[in-house]
Amino acid sequence: MGLRKTGLALAAVLALGACQNGGIFGGGRGGTDQTPGSGAIEESSLEYFNTTIGDTVLFPVNEATLTPEAKAILDKQVAWLNQYPDRTIVIEGHADEQGTREYNLALGARRAAAVRNYMVAAGLLETRLSIISYGKERPIALCSTEACWSKNRRAVTVVAGGLGNV
Amino acid sequence: MNALKTLLGVVLVMLASFAQAQDRPTIEIDVTGGNIQPVKVAVPQFVAETSGAQRLSGDIAAVVQSDLVSTGLFQEIPGTAFIAGVTNFNAQPVFSDWAVVNAEALVTGAVSTSGDGRLVVKFRLFDVDAQLPIGDGVQYSGTQASWRRMAHKVADTIYSRITGESGYFDSRIVFVSETGPKNDRRKRLAVMDYDGANLQYLTDDNSIVLAPRFAPNTRDIIYTSYESGLPQVFLLNMETGRRSQLLENTTNMATAPRFSPDGSKVVMSIIDGSNTDIYQVDLNTRQRTRLTNSGGIDTTPSYSPDGTQIVFASDRGGSQQLYIMSASGGEARRISAGGGSYGTPVWSPRGDMIAFTKIKGGRFHIGVMRTDGSRENLLTASFIDEAPTWSPNGRVLMFFRETPGANGAPQLYSVDLTGRNLRRIDTPSFASDPDWSGVLR
Repeated sequence: MGLRKTGLALAAVLALGACQNGGIFGGGRGGTDQTPGSGAIEESSLEYFNTTIGDTVLFPVNEATLTPEAKAILDKQVAWLNQYPDRTIVIEGHADEQGTREYNLALGARRAAAVRNYMVAAGLLETRLSIISYGKERPIALCSTEACWSKNRRAVTVVAGGLGNV
Repeated sequence: MNALKTLLGVVLVMLASFAQAQDRPTIEIDVTGGNIQPVKVAVPQFVAETSGAQRLSGDIAAVVQSDLVSTGLFQEIPGTAFIAGVTNFNAQPVFSDWAVVNAEALVTGAVSTSGDGRLVVKFRLFDVDAQLPIGDGVQYSGTQASWRRMAHKVADTIYSRITGESGYFDSRIVFVSETGPKNDRRKRLAVMDYDGANLQYLTDDNSIVLAPRFAPNTRDIIYTSYESGLPQVFLLNMETGRRSQLLENTTNMATAPRFSPDGSKVVMSIIDGSNTDIYQVDLNTRQRTRLTNSGGIDTTPSYSPDGTQIVFASDRGGSQQLYIMSASGGEARRISAGGGSYGTPVWSPRGDMIAFTKIKGGRFHIGVMRTDGSRENLLTASFIDEAPTWSPNGRVLMFFRETPGANGAPQLYSVDLTGRNLRRIDTPSFASDPDWSGVLR
């Protein structure tokens, strides 16, 4: 996927208020709840993907190994993506603050690649996904203890494409 | 970027001395010594030889004094203690006036301006006790806008005469200026004099930027930016503002660039999924050559000053350690031997030392070691101390220190190679990823 296209798609997703997604600028700003009053979340919606399935998988310290919990979430993500084949995804890799910036950038890429490789092995078309690393540039939890670091060692699946179906 | 252009063109002239200068001053500082006694220096206001030079004559003396005192090798004698000033640059100083305030070294100077915007700064350095000049008087001329540079040149000469080391005050720092909360930090590139003066922003804060590095010409910089979506390496000419992406048509991420000592090449990391390797890119042809092939994370390469070797960090052996290889790639030998992990190695401009970030037991350190890994010396310790850069003379390291917690933020610090004289560099907002230029020409 071309860079330019990814950028546009991402911008569109953000404009739709995907704050819960924990994407590039997620976490810091309070978003409005997009759910209709009925309470049920539409299964095709980003909110369903981001919250009911879960858009984030977590990693051990300085590792890019997928835990059984992470694999269970990714299996559900793949099943959802198989159901909505017009959706594409960007996998963001992140690290906690316990490393140098450049190393963590590479570590974040390793985590994003681990998710990508797992999804491709599970049958997802490689052309539907791309990866990016933010290293330690975009923490989602701000304290400087393991309670926060464990949340920041993450890969986030950001869904784009197929916006007409939201 | 006109301000940068005006910094060029400082002209140096040696002045005739009116007394026999000392070949070997009695005032000496061994900067490598274990126990440094700072030299007490008096820098009275320079003599204004034209009416237009009145303001600058005080400002220049203040910058000279600030430069010297910032090294920790000189001790200020406050102007309020002076019992006399200097009113005639060409007259022999009244040494007893300076001996009585305990000055060991005396700096006298004169400033004159001309109608066409030129500025002339002259100075002499004296050994008060011996009542003799140390070296010849020196005259600098340049534009009035470059007055700080001329003050730094004066201080560099004084520092050099007393320590025997080359000076470093006439130099610049390029860094990442940061604002905003920790989870949405806005970053932009900025450049300033080594002491924080003359700050200019080089980019806006719309994209994350990382680790700017000076070219040997101190005009071009290279850095990582997310402006095209993925992190990519960009070149920026600070005079023209012209910017270009180093490698076009790539879907891989690229980071950690540095120039070769001759400025003709860049060495950097290209991230291909889980594998990060080091590449050399020829700046003329944009041809890339792969230098490592380890399957692990190989990053933050830095050339030796002669351009023949590269030090870098790699986790090929498990934990992240420092390795040295030929500048053309091939086999690498591990040099770091202590426990913990090592990153961001930087070869010293003298060639004999490597500075690095070390992480051990949840603490970050700035440290140095010989190029064979021996004589490791940790200079600092804190929650996060990261990314050292060498002063042009290889005697001082600048780095960033980040405080912990939700309101944690980075600021720039410097420390001597000996671990002494830890100082915070004043910046208008948070600051990180400093790179120290060579001495300006």
